[in-house]
Amino acid sequence: MKFTWFNLMPWPHLPDDFRKKHRSVWVDIDAKLYDPVKGHDVYNDYLDMLEYADGLGYDGVGVNEHHQNAYGMMPSPNIMAAAISRRALNAAIVVLGNSLSLYNPPVRVAEEFAMLDVISGGRLVAGFPVGTSMDTNYCYGDIPALTRERYQEAHDLVRKAWRETEPFAWNGRYTKLRYVNTWPKPIQQPPPIHIPGGGSVETYDFCLDNVYSYSYLSFSGYIRAKALLQGYWDRLTERNEPDESPYRAGFAQTICVAETDAEAERLYAPHVNYFFNRCLHIAPGFADAPGYRTIKTIKSGALSQFSPNFEEAAHMSWGDLVDGGFIIAGSPDTVRERMEDMIKGLHVGNIFCLIHVGDMPIEKTKYSTRLFAEKVMPKLRNLWPEYQDDERFWCKPLAERATPGPVSERKGKGGAQ
Amino acid sequence: MIRLETLRAPKVEVQVLTGGEGPDLLFLHGAGGLVAEDPFLDALAARFRVHAPLLPGYGDSAECHEIRTMLDFTLHTHDVMNALGLVRPVVVGHSMGGMIAAEMAAVAPNDIDRLALLCPAGLWLDAYPMPDIFAMVPHELPAVLFHDVEAGAAMMTAGADFSDLDFLQRFLVQNARQLGMAGKILFPIPDRGLAERLYRIKARTLLIWGASDRLTPLPYAEAFRDGIAGSELVVIPEAGHMVPLEQTARVVEAIGRLA
Repeated sequence: MKFTWFNLMPWPHLPDDFRKKHRSVWVDIDAKLYDPVKGHDVYNDYLDMLEYADGLGYDGVGVNEHHQNAYGMMPSPNIMAAAISRRALNAAIVVLGNSLSLYNPPVRVAEEFAMLDVISGGRLVAGFPVGTSMDTNYCYGDIPALTRERYQEAHDLVRKAWRETEPFAWNGRYTKLRYVNTWPKPIQQPPPIHIPGGGSVETYDFCLDNVYSYSYLSFSGYIRAKALLQGYWDRLTERNEPDESPYRAGFAQTICVAETDAEAERLYAPHVNYFFNRCLHIAPGFADAPGYRTIKTIKSGALSQFSPNFEEAAHMSWGDLVDGGFIIAGSPDTVRERMEDMIKGLHVGNIFCLIHVGDMPIEKTKYSTRLFAEKVMPKLRNLWPEYQDDERFWCKPLAERATPGPVSERKGKGGAQ
Repeated sequence: MIRLETLRAPKVEVQVLTGGEGPDLLFLHGAGGLVAEDPFLDALAARFRVHAPLLPGYGDSAECHEIRTMLDFTLHTHDVMNALGLVRPVVVGHSMGGMIAAEMAAVAPNDIDRLALLCPAGLWLDAYPMPDIFAMVPHELPAVLFHDVEAGAAMMTAGADFSDLDFLQRFLVQNARQLGMAGKILFPIPDRGLAERLYRIKARTLLIWGASDRLTPLPYAEAFRDGIAGSELVVIPEAGHMVPLEQTARVVEAIGRLA
């Protein structure tokens, strides 16, 4: 199993009446709610958390990309990945990922991912999401019906830019470059690639064709994820591909660990509520720009089948969220048991652990992170012994990597001389 | 009687609503699409021989992924006009259709000599940002489309039952096909440079506008009038952006002056 400690980086200072007074956490969220001075501490706490997780033996530390959004404050995941890569020295740097159609020209992704891979000594796990409609269409203005074509072209360009050893010309529909000759090149050729998907057959096929790992990053938990991931495995069977390695798939799950089930509720319930009640409050008009989904996907019923009703989750009790599988929470034993159900039920080898939730402060986050690492993770490590040699979907770091040199002596805290 | 016919354009098979007697008139629909029972088409057909092609993907017509840019839309529609055998018809376009019609008249000014633009899209005024129809759920639309919001809502929701999952899926598919196509020239800002080409239009041009248009308010009418030499603005009271449906007779009467 591969466990990635993943931080969405939500804004933890949304007001109590956010849901009532504001129409959306995303796209046109009230800019006055952001305070960059508070933001300074928030970012630094979040980076500390990722580095802390590295020290506890998580396989990866993960970041992602969102725009104009208070539940995920990483318009540039690569900046966060770079920031942690010289302090988190063991884990894979999982960037899940760069929304390819939003980079102009997309060779920017080839360059920055290569930089991260080189800085980290081959520890990059790269993600290529299409991006949500909120990010891609509404925030970044990409034309919905052309998003996938642009994404596909950008993907082909990035892969070729990594692969080629001579300058080449790229005469694409969306990008025209006379000289593609990206420097640096990544250490890994190529870095392992994970594709976040939402249930479209095209994305299943894209992953299978290219030997990419398919990731389902939902917030609605593993019970609801069953149908979607089953669709992926069914597709694999349909295509008559015998390779059923669980590392071909990944799943994101909110996890809260305490000494007892009761303590978990007492410690984490307010922060979980903050997440479901405030962070997922998205104006319905921004959910899905017409043309963003393919007709095939809509006709497959994927939307009604997989779209969680966050309106409902916003008001669910702790018990309902636990029973419904939205969160896996409780004592180490409870969490281990349910994690095992999830991992086997979904047949997944990569878990993106959402352990920081909503406005959870750093001390509680560290507590839950440590308990999971020490009392849960070791017992789940070898759930797929027959696939333990499958290294296709994980990074292959250099055996000998540089360590950051010492900094010169300072008088106390930065800026406090 | 309006009939649905199909015809082969160079890139795709196109559905055309056709009917009526009189001078040839090419009608280009707006982003919401067009059906054979459209009362505005009926009224036009009383005075004109009407040809109303559906953009690919509208209704149950074939999609055409090769049509991506404004120039593609413009040339495709020109191709359809030619395939219909029309020579200098009266060209009428509503909203997005007006944007395409204006582009056609700008790109081929000698082929189009009579033009009626019904509250066309295609310009952007920073002082009057248009509401974003792509970020609205269906029940929010009547308020920006109609003068009489209640009557408009009744018109738009006739036969709709969003609690019926089959209906909802058909609606989502149609929405994705139609507005997905429209978005290629309207999303996220419905400006593809038309303002810089308006000067090329030679057609006698009528601009027909609902006085209470909230989607493209009157300053847009003035901008078109200022951009197209010799154009004439007809403002129709008690009508919003859906002026052809809300004041059908008065719109047809105005277009009749081009016959």
